[in-house]
Amino acid sequence: IHFILLFSRQGKLRLQKWYITLPDKERKKITREIVQIILSRGHRTSSFVDWKELKLVYKRYASLYFCCAIENQDNELLTLEIVHRYVELLDKYFGNDFNCLFLLMRLLSVLDSWSTPAMNSEVPQLATVTPDFCLF
Amino acid sequence: MSDIVEKTLTALPGLFLQNQPGGGPAAAKASFSSRLGSLVRGITALTSKHEEEKLIQQELSSLKATVSAPTTTLKMMKECMVRLIYCEMLGYDASFGYIHAIKLAQQGNLLEKRVGYLAVSLFLHESHELLLLLVNTVVKDLQSTNLVEVCMALTVVSQIFPREMIPAVLPLIEDKLQHSKEIIRRKAVLALYKFHLIAPNQVQHIHIKFRKALCDRDVGVMAASLHIYLRMIKENSSGYKDLTGSFVTILKQVVGGKLPVDFNYHILLQVLQKYILLLYLTMILTISAIFIFLSLAILFECVHTVYSIYPKSELLEKAAKCIGKFVLSPKINLKYLGLKALTYVIQQDPTLALQHQMTIIECLDHPDPIIKRETLELLYRITNAQNVTVIVQKMLEYLHQSKEEYVIVNLVGKIADVLVLNTVDTYAPDNAWFIQTMNAVFSVGGDVMHPDIPNNFLRLLAEGFDDETEDQQLRLYAVQSYLTLLDMENVLYPQRFLQVMSWVLGEYSYLLDKETPAEVIAKLYRLLMNDSVSSETKTWLIAAVTKLTPQAHSSDTVERLIHEFTISLDTCMRQHAFELKHLHENVELMKSLLPVDRSCEDLAVDASLSFLDGFVAEGLSQGAAPYKPHHQRQEEKLSQEKVLNFEPYGLSFSSSGFTGRQSPAGISLGSDISGNSAETGLKETNSLKLEGIKKLWGKEGYLPKKESKTGDESGALPIPQESIMENVDQAITKKDQSQVLTQSKEEKEKQLLASSLFVGLGSESTVNLLGKADTVSHKFRRKSKVKEAKSGETTSTHNMTCSSFSSLSNVAYEDDYYLNTLHDRGDKELKTFSLNSELLDSESLTELPLVEKFSNCSLSTPSLFADNSMEIFHPPQSTAASVAKESSLASSFLEETTEYIHSNAMEICNNETISVSSYKIWKDDCLLMVWSVTNKSGLELKSANLEIFPAENFKVTEQPGCCLPVTEAESTRSFQYSVQIEKPFTEEILSGFISYHMMDTHSAQLEFSVNLSLLDFIRPLKISSEDFGKLWLSFANDVKQNVKMSESQAALPSALKTLQQKLRLHIIEIIGNEGLLACQLLPSIPCLLHCRVYADVLALWFRSSCSTLPDYLLYQCQKVMEGS
Repeated sequence: IHFILLFSRQGKLRLQKWYITLPDKERKKITREIVQIILSRGHRTSSFVDWKELKLVYKRYASLYFCCAIENQDNELLTLEIVHRYVELLDKYFGNDFNCLFLLMRLLSVLDSWSTPAMNSEVPQLATVTPDFCLF
Repeated sequence: MSDIVEKTLTALPGLFLQNQPGGGPAAAKASFSSRLGSLVRGITALTSKHEEEKLIQQELSSLKATVSAPTTTLKMMKECMVRLIYCEMLGYDASFGYIHAIKLAQQGNLLEKRVGYLAVSLFLHESHELLLLLVNTVVKDLQSTNLVEVCMALTVVSQIFPREMIPAVLPLIEDKLQHSKEIIRRKAVLALYKFHLIAPNQVQHIHIKFRKALCDRDVGVMAASLHIYLRMIKENSSGYKDLTGSFVTILKQVVGGKLPVDFNYHILLQVLQKYILLLYLTMILTISAIFIFLSLAILFECVHTVYSIYPKSELLEKAAKCIGKFVLSPKINLKYLGLKALTYVIQQDPTLALQHQMTIIECLDHPDPIIKRETLELLYRITNAQNVTVIVQKMLEYLHQSKEEYVIVNLVGKIADVLVLNTVDTYAPDNAWFIQTMNAVFSVGGDVMHPDIPNNFLRLLAEGFDDETEDQQLRLYAVQSYLTLLDMENVLYPQRFLQVMSWVLGEYSYLLDKETPAEVIAKLYRLLMNDSVSSETKTWLIAAVTKLTPQAHSSDTVERLIHEFTISLDTCMRQHAFELKHLHENVELMKSLLPVDRSCEDLAVDASLSFLDGFVAEGLSQGAAPYKPHHQRQEEKLSQEKVLNFEPYGLSFSSSGFTGRQSPAGISLGSDISGNSAETGLKETNSLKLEGIKKLWGKEGYLPKKESKTGDESGALPIPQESIMENVDQAITKKDQSQVLTQSKEEKEKQLLASSLFVGLGSESTVNLLGKADTVSHKFRRKSKVKEAKSGETTSTHNMTCSSFSSLSNVAYEDDYYLNTLHDRGDKELKTFSLNSELLDSESLTELPLVEKFSNCSLSTPSLFADNSMEIFHPPQSTAASVAKESSLASSFLEETTEYIHSNAMEICNNETISVSSYKIWKDDCLLMVWSVTNKSGLELKSANLEIFPAENFKVTEQPGCCLPVTEAESTRSFQYSVQIEKPFTEEILSGFISYHMMDTHSAQLEFSVNLSLLDFIRPLKISSEDFGKLWLSFANDVKQNVKMSESQAALPSALKTLQQKLRLHIIEIIGNEGLLACQLLPSIPCLLHCRVYADVLALWFRSSCSTLPDYLLYQCQKVMEGS
């Protein structure tokens, strides 16, 4: 996984997490591009988009889009499952209100304690996540 | 155990929360958290970006004041950090807070530390300099008794630690592998995994501990260690065969329900992909899991695995059923996956595609572009002569719709692949269609397409197919279509397309009767005057005009063109214009220089530039400075730059002024021949350096480098000028072909794929090898055609002999390989061989002893052609004549191997019929890999072929003799490949397969892989101490380390001796207790080593121009010292 973006239906970026090092300008450009691509896709299309040499896997939960960029040979379904697990995790800890802006920081914190160098390398059982995101 | 940890961890936030209520802190907390809240709310309330910016700037400046105030408590700091993170995430610069984040991580209590670490991991990246300040904190936390602190430290280590800092924390993390809490163990393993990713050398010694982790009682730790193994197995699949048992056990447990169904499934599967494991896969395929995505993802991986391992019919059946489920699913995601799976499968089982025909066709019109693209990908793989028109049309349709550059490049590549690259006889049903499609491809793909495509297309046009009239028609049609295209006004074509047009028009306009060349010239002229045409294209255009000029009777346009471009500002254009002008004045010469339809002839080159000898001698006698090659000049410059040189002047690396030449012997030989021949002028023109010609057409334009090389006098020779002109048209093709060469491996693979597909669609029984044999014969036919064309021309044969002669001068080592491989080559070669020698005889060269050598030379020429190579690879030495007479393979083999050090033969793979063993020969300039295939069965082996998979770090060149027509029973044949390093690496796998064909039975394949280490490419560097001193100062990368010596090698000389023997270092000098050594990494990256002995410690100090080399050598030295 190269990066994860969370953005609203209005195209407002909620959360970004990069697993590659890029200059700020580049990131912004990429983000804008990807948000546009995904928002412009119709309802009956698949959850996968080709983007440059990467593949975007996205899913919409309520009004929030979760989007991951993966390598071409990675397993797309697996990525969907990762996203799903993440959402489940958030759901478990915050109830239904994770659309709330305040939780932004929490989302980030969860993601941080959850993810590792090779993102899909560690998808923990729910219980083993350090629940230190109650910090804020 | 894990329960306890969980309890502790879940209790933590409760504790924190309990602490907070009550009195002042609570109020403070409320005010602070509401600050973040108000900030967030404030931002959401804003409408414009500008206002947001203002607000954030305001916020940042207040934060800046707070964090730098000495009164700020840690608690406040934590709050500030949170807001800083928020600002940074919104894209504003909060760099002033980085240092405070580190401080917070260092000082705070648990909670504050957590925020500090979070901020650090968000703010900093791997190469950030502030990370250095973090090391201490991390080390402290790693040693902490608090679980959470250790966890945080491990997380941050695995997230942002760069490779330079690994040694600082490595021992601590290693200890953590034995920690009693599994969460720590797991995180430690993951940190080590990260280290393995970024610096595999540094964790080499703890591989044994990974094994322990694999057998850990906790699932999480085991799963984490699987990642490391996946990685390592991908790098070296043969090294971990012994672990298969453990993997199987794990998988069994998973399938048996003892372990939770988990993500690790797929990793395991990927691991197992490397090994053959049928039984358990069957179990998995039938398993039904609860999670929908997850189980399907696993299913997909299973299918992939099934098809990538050795095919077994029942498994294939099951997999096919699964794919059917995927493809027919109404859910679009699954459908996509199904198509993807089909693309994998299609190579093995084309009938499956037939089953799902209708779905595929539906998908083709699907609104979702990704589905469409995947379908096209699928179709691309099943393209054959019958369906090519439809498929290409579909592809073009899609191409016209899409606007994204990446998609276009990709698709254009595929279409062109189908049409041009793919096969010797393209799928294209007829000429008109072919040209039109290519036109469409060129005009859409334009300048973004891969440069090989136009080159290949032109090559196809130039070399043609077997049928001469067919070729003529094709060319004629191309010319006509281009003329009509050019007739259209106001259409802008991509530059590449224009270049293709201009070349074709220049070459083949003579095929047109009605349109005189003058008209074509007029059209080209109009293009030339167009401003939108790039200067590179203009050179193509002007070359075309030059070619056409002798055919036109008289043309004002040409004169006008000359007139206009001789004053052009572009030097390259001006050069061409002048050439054209001078040639135009002498029409006869021009006609002889620019013959019609000779584009695919071979050009021989005289790399030693021997024809300029006289000129050089004259220059030298008049006192000109001798030519110095580039590297020497640079060296001198470098040594001049150094302020004061107290050392006596040492020998420089290359002392003679003639080192630019390949060898003095070569020059004299080459000049001998030019003396012999009657038409010296023509001959000399034929022997120009190929690289020089290539440069002529480069972007920078023509650079008259050769003249300046031979002497410093400015007066350029007229002869080379003209010779360049003559070579103009041929040079283009040359360029194309030499580029094609590099691609040929890839091409071959694709050919193989395509042909096997085609066969597979027809009848399923005969797959791989037939297709392959087919291509081989195809290739040969084509080459021999070229050769025939050549034999018709006396001049060109002349070139040929000339080339073999000049190549004779470029004496290389690898002569005798040809000789022994020639035996295998069989009759085909012999035919050409006799052809050549006949021609040679007819040349009636007077010197009898030379004839002997000649025939020797011609021995090598056929293999040259068979490789479709323009370069002269490894010409035979004259002394090799005696070797040639030794007919037995074995003896010549022995002869060759004794010259160089070589490893022992090692069996790498075998089955009941053949066994393959390999050994390495460490030659001075490259690594030579020899695979020898022994036929164990009593049957005759019809043919055997060795293919090497391309690797990114090195270049593998086939030494001729790779295809053996017939191998007798119980005999041995060998394949030879020379390996050149392209990028430094530490360990690499060279893998490939051998496919053979038995007399009566089927064909079969056998895979193998060989480990190559960087050590194989290290050679002694023989330099003097003075040079050592100079070089030492010029290298930037150095590494120092102390190594303990064992008893046996306590004395320095013996220690160095070991290094010399084991690592092939060259001992320059031993002074007292210091020693100087040097080696080089092929082709020429030097590395110097300075050793000093104190008591039983050897201090090693490496320096090199390459950054990775010292590290690696140090590791090797340590190993050697410890080992002995």
